[in-house]
Amino acid sequence: MQHLYEMLSKVDGYIYPNEIELNWSVLIVLYPFITGLVAGAFILASLERVFKVKVLKPTYTIALLTALSFMMVATLPLISHLAQPQRFYEIMITPHLTSAMAIFGFVYLWYLMVVLLLEIWLDYRRDIVLWSQEKTGVMKRVYKILTLGVTDISKETVKWDDKLGYFVTIIGIPSAFLLHGYVGFIFGSVKANPWWSTVLMPVIFLFSAMVSGIALVMIVFMVVNYIRKQVIDMACLNEIGKYLLIALILDFALEGLDQVHRIYEAEESFNILDILVKGKLTYTLFVFQWFLGMIVPMITLAILQFVKNRDKLKRRLYMITGILVLCGIFFMRWNVVVGGQLFSKSFYGFTTFKLNLIGSEGIMMAALWLILPCTILAFLLWLLPPWKRHEA
Amino acid sequence: MAREEVKSRRDFLSRAAMVAGGLFISAGSTPFASLLYATERKSKTGPWYGMGIDLDRCIGCGRCADACKTENNVPRDPFFFRTWVEQYTILNDGSIHVESPNGGIDGFTQKFPDTDIFKAFFVPKMCNHCVKSPCTQVCPVGATFESPEGLSLVDPTYCLGCRYCVQACPYGCRYIHPETHVVDKCTMCYHRITKGLLPACVEVCPQEAKIFGDLNDPKSELVKFMKDHSWQVLKPHMNTEPKVYYNQLRAEVR
Repeated sequence: MQHLYEMLSKVDGYIYPNEIELNWSVLIVLYPFITGLVAGAFILASLERVFKVKVLKPTYTIALLTALSFMMVATLPLISHLAQPQRFYEIMITPHLTSAMAIFGFVYLWYLMVVLLLEIWLDYRRDIVLWSQEKTGVMKRVYKILTLGVTDISKETVKWDDKLGYFVTIIGIPSAFLLHGYVGFIFGSVKANPWWSTVLMPVIFLFSAMVSGIALVMIVFMVVNYIRKQVIDMACLNEIGKYLLIALILDFALEGLDQVHRIYEAEESFNILDILVKGKLTYTLFVFQWFLGMIVPMITLAILQFVKNRDKLKRRLYMITGILVLCGIFFMRWNVVVGGQLFSKSFYGFTTFKLNLIGSEGIMMAALWLILPCTILAFLLWLLPPWKRHEA
Repeated sequence: MAREEVKSRRDFLSRAAMVAGGLFISAGSTPFASLLYATERKSKTGPWYGMGIDLDRCIGCGRCADACKTENNVPRDPFFFRTWVEQYTILNDGSIHVESPNGGIDGFTQKFPDTDIFKAFFVPKMCNHCVKSPCTQVCPVGATFESPEGLSLVDPTYCLGCRYCVQACPYGCRYIHPETHVVDKCTMCYHRITKGLLPACVEVCPQEAKIFGDLNDPKSELVKFMKDHSWQVLKPHMNTEPKVYYNQLRAEVR
């Protein structure tokens, strides 16, 4: 409670007395960030599978496994943020359907079980069966379980796997759109909050998801190649760079449209939002999100489209760009979630927010929810190595 | 042999698809009417409670906020209020100054000289028990619900503490209780009014500035108040249809 008394002296202007503490903190910043990574990585994978961008083939399974790793963690920051985390299952068994939040569990499970797990299983099934025959001891058993008792790997069956996988990917694309568009709707439909309440929110979330997911897969692809001491497929990397640029341009245009619309209409809330972005959000919005997270990467990627050879330089710039983009999208989520709670709904003042290092809402906890999926990804890459697959 | 195994995989897939499909359909088939929450006009029979607040009468003594805390075990810290009083001071230069130190419980002082003041007044705030309350709309489990009397209440044994309702309330009327760790808000003293008593804030008001009553009863004090005064509600553009009606509410008040 002491921290609230300290914050009391830092209130600027007038806020409703109940508004002093931010209700959604860094863990809720992570929620759209992580689900965005999942949706974006999946969309990159589907480019290869459905839209036949063959040059992206080396990233296909990496993208899928990346999506799965982050998906497995996506709900944990949410649940750990609840004031009554032990009641989380109530949202699944008694969903209140007028709530935009109520069907998140179903959308999540649909995406995890029906899209990601099924697609990865179908894609890997032949290899899993073969591994279950080749390996010995515990690993033999693990792979045997992963076959789910289906050991037929005749040519016809594998062909069917491929067809079904293709079908699942086709369902997966609208599902990925649904997953992250829906996360945007949870914020965009709060009419009490003018910083959130925009019909563009789901679309902006979707495109920023693509941006962050593509950047993440690009980084994972480079790191995996680096660790395995392999020469990276530059054609593939350049192609990812191209798609990242396209996604960035679309995202930038949408966010720009949102801001232009806000400024031109200048509704009742405009003054307070104007003070917000020019004050408390100066660094996170103008510097981190827009300048370092969007404009610099866009210019870099645009120039790289014209640079021939010079692969070493290109790799470095892709890596730096990827990291900048990921940080930029993180701050985009930050500016939405935290920014939207800094001003009072009376529009007469601001509260403050300080992120602590430790504690259930601290930096360490947030870092845990980001390191965990990376660990899961490393494990999945070990369990299902894309580079040890059997030639068909 | 091979045929059988093909079958077994198909069986697995069809079973999995049936379970997933069943889940999906059961989630999606409930009437899409759930999207129409705030678009529909509600009509109710039986008691339908609301509150009138006469700003001309309020003297900013803060006894309502104090009594509410005592009656409802609201923590005494200055960040948790079911009801509070705001002091609005509009200066001659047009600037608007709002204050609510400790919710008005300790009273107010006026820091601007009289000669600079264009208009000064007090505004008691509380849950508006909206007809189309966004907090009820967004609760993912239905822990916030509307009572048969039209009051927005919370089931503390059911609330997840997700705080979506706190975000959705345009009036800042909800907070997470530091001891129970669930959301808390004004109940219009449901435990009192169901016994025929007045809400604590109404009971203690020395100015009779708060008028509690049944909107469906043409003879109630509240209906009389609404007939006699040109009332207004807070943030009408939100279309939440608040049931707290203010007399002499100025446009500056948000």
